Amino acid sequence: MPWTSVPIASVVNLDHPAHYLTWGWLSISVPNLLVILLMIAVFVLAVLLPFPKDRDGS
Amino acid sequence: MTATLPATGAPETPEGGPESRMWTARLRRAWVSKLPPDKLLPDRQPAYVASWIYVFGVLTIAAFLVVLASGLVLAFTGPAWYHTSSLGHFTNSTHFWSVQLFFVFMVIHLWGKFWMAAWRGRRWLTWLTGGLCFLASLATAFTGYLIQTNFDSQWISFEAKDGLNAVGIGAFFNVANLGQTLLIHACLLPLVVGVITVWHVLLVRRRGVVPPMEAVPPHGAVPVAVPAAVATSGEPTVTSEESGS
Repeated sequence: MPWTSVPIASVVNLDHPAHYLTWGWLSISVPNLLVILLMIAVFVLAVLLPFPKDRDGS
Repeated sequence: MTATLPATGAPETPEGGPESRMWTARLRRAWVSKLPPDKLLPDRQPAYVASWIYVFGVLTIAAFLVVLASGLVLAFTGPAWYHTSSLGHFTNSTHFWSVQLFFVFMVIHLWGKFWMAAWRGRRWLTWLTGGLCFLASLATAFTGYLIQTNFDSQWISFEAKDGLNAVGIGAFFNVANLGQTLLIHACLLPLVVGVITVWHVLLVRRRGVVPPMEAVPPHGAVPVAVPAAVATSGEPTVTSEESGS
């Protein structure tokens, strides 16, 4: 294993097929669900977080 | 071929002087009247643009430029390089992850514009070109997955061919044909996405950034223009252009 991939591999083992969550007809992989949840979080933060003001403070 | 000046030799003037009927002059007049330089490259924006939700359009374009640059390197070097060398792996991964960010930014941009009903104020064509860009990007990403030249792309193409055959386009678009898919991905679809993106941005410049719903002035009210550089807070206001009038 190249040394550059050791830190990532030590946190999350990605060397296997993704886990799937199933509710009836709906089936989604855990990585895809995480990405969607992350996008929703970014969207909410983009709406709520204040935008930096100009350098002159106006 | 060059144009002959009018008999007076005077240049064309907007005040009623002789105007050239050359197609270049008419195209220039039409362009300047619809999209003057101060609208094409503005240095001021309304106060409501000072929000993080307004940055995702340009983030999408930035990711698209990284996709194009890394894809250009992959196209010139080929799979024999990007499957075998460390720098090739890095460039291949840069291309892949910039595509992921491109779609993340584009979808968040789409959510933001949907919830502010960005088709208001005669902006329906801006909304439509955004939707077309999204669909063209999906096709580009799909053909990209097909030309990875690995077992993943082999699996995807042989799963997809049945679906495409079922809808009757398998005779024209054969996903198992690597040469066809490679040319569509590298030559045709980036051009389509790029042209639609430029069209979309020009429409945004022409109609202006869509205001929040509460910023639409009541009927008969005089709209007020507020430069973003000096007004990043307070009540949202709109310019006459933003109001769609």
